[in-house]
Amino acid sequence: MAAGSAALGVADLPTDAAGPQTAEIELIVNGRSRRLELDTRTSLLDALREHLQLTGTKKGCNQGACGACTVLLDGRRVNSCLTLALMHDGAHITTVEGLARGDALHPVQAAFIEHDGFQCGYCTPGQIMSAVACIAEGHTGSDDEIRAWMSGNICRCGAYPGIVAAVAQAARAG
Amino acid sequence: MHPFSFHAAATEQEAIAEAAAGGRYIAGGTTLVDLMREEVERPRRLIDINRLPLRDVHVQDDGLVIGALARMSDVARDPATAQVQPLIVDALVEGASPQIRNMASIGGNLLQRVRCSYFRTLDAPCNKRTPGSGCSAIGGANSGHALFGTSVHCVATHPSDLAVALVALDAVILTRGPGGARRFPVEALYRMPGETPHLEHTLEPGEMIVEIRVPHGSYARRARYLKVRDRASYEFAVVSVAVAMDIDGGIVRDVRLAAGGVGTMPWRLRGSEAVLTGRQSGRAAWRDAAERAIDGAQPLVGNHFKVELLRRTVVRALEMVGGAA
Ligand SMILES: Cc1cc2nc3c(=O)[nH]c(=O)nc-3n(C[C@H](O)[C@H](O)[C@H](O)COP(=O)(O)OP(=O)(O)OC[C@H]3O[C@@H](n4cnc5c(N)ncnc54)[C@H](O)[C@@H]3O)c2cc1C
Ligand code: SF4
Ligand code: FES
Ligand code: FES
Repeated sequence: MAAGSAALGVADLPTDAAGPQTAEIELIVNGRSRRLELDTRTSLLDALREHLQLTGTKKGCNQGACGACTVLLDGRRVNSCLTLALMHDGAHITTVEGLARGDALHPVQAAFIEHDGFQCGYCTPGQIMSAVACIAEGHTGSDDEIRAWMSGNICRCGAYPGIVAAVAQAARAG
Repeated sequence: MHPFSFHAAATEQEAIAEAAAGGRYIAGGTTLVDLMREEVERPRRLIDINRLPLRDVHVQDDGLVIGALARMSDVARDPATAQVQPLIVDALVEGASPQIRNMASIGGNLLQRVRCSYFRTLDAPCNKRTPGSGCSAIGGANSGHALFGTSVHCVATHPSDLAVALVALDAVILTRGPGGARRFPVEALYRMPGETPHLEHTLEPGEMIVEIRVPHGSYARRARYLKVRDRASYEFAVVSVAVAMDIDGGIVRDVRLAAGGVGTMPWRLRGSEAVLTGRQSGRAAWRDAAERAIDGAQPLVGNHFKVELLRRTVVRALEMVGGAA
């Protein structure tokens, strides 16, 4: 389209930004230190999926609107698609792969199975990570409160009743 | 996404110098990363300001102080904020999702960009994105657009809920930049589109928001942010109303009102405030205030419904705060 202006734009760029840039960072993912050399444009989500092969965390919308990419960043739930990996040098990340202890499922994982908290499963890792944080935050006083505080995770299959029941049970089990 | 270089600033001076030289601040990234991926925003250099000590939230004699890098969720769960300014907590909790609120900063929230879908559709004319290219919304899908403060060049609403609450509460912004420190009302941060819709705020290049101050007011503790939207949560406002009211002996002593979803900037309803001040509280007063709120509305083909919705939302919000009798 605007080829002329694009060419002009590139000529204007300071040499340090004329092409892809990389930087090295450390992420502590599920307790393990990982050093990565990344293009500055890499999202935290792509760092996990494409560079560390941790494909449990899903890419749904890639724009903050679905919650499939939810991980814990220093203990807080965030959308990993909306942040750059480089902004988190030294941070602790927990993904869905980091929840189980060996073959023993995390209580939230077990509750999702018990209550049929999914159908296709695509949103499920994000739902589970969000639920772990929701319970830790104490936003599970009623089904309505769970629905409000889990609303950052969309389920295309509409498995919401099972999700709410699973979160409520895992919260009670403490 | 276009390539860029990245620098995490260790000090405010360093960040300001970098930004004055053309770098772009990044805080939570929830607006900026999204728009960079869409190639609507194309900064060549990002200055990460998250290491700067600007996250403190506290109450002092003259009001509430919120650091620009405090996260929406931190402010929303701060007990002192809930006590002195419940309207702010309301407006924050009603915005975005728990995940986004954990990432998004207060300063970034005020500078978030419009959600007009043409703005992020690179092949659609949009004066805000590409000055002079035209406005696709005026003759297109405009049910989500503004009633107030529009021009023939742009009709997009300002999407921040927090900004509506802060404008109602006469909050002030403190900035530091290459030209020194400034302080001014949050309302003065915003520009209406006029002939230059690509200019949205009044910050100078490199100027950083460092703090928000919200003065105490007799109206502050009796307050409500009522947000009407297409689904119950995780959605921008169709229409929203912020009310804070001091009622004593059935008389409205002092009141603050602002609306979201209807203006090209957070829309203070000063006419309605004037109608209410000194009046007997109750439905007759609420109706008069709502009538005044829609004065001067300029609906587009698709958003006529917002006029009636604004009227009703003002009445409902006033009822919630001041009673329905
Ligand atoms: C799916 C979704 C739903 C949302 N729903 C809502 C909603 O319902 N209500 C609502 O109010 N918001 C909503 N938001 C918007 C969200 O609140 C904003 O994206 C967020 O607050 C921006 O803050 P940030 O720190 O991430 O900003 P960034 O993306 O880091 O920055 C935004 C802009 O501000 C500039 N900037 C940041 N900090 C400073 C500073 N201190 N000084 C000067 N410039 C600065 C940056 O350069 C950039 O231009 C939603 C967002 C998404 C993605
Ligand atoms: S309303 Fe504004 S943002 Fe939307 S297309 Fe028109 S100029 Fe662009
Ligand atoms: S993939 Fe991140 S919110 Fe949808
Ligand atoms: S289980 Fe299919 S999207 Fe939720």
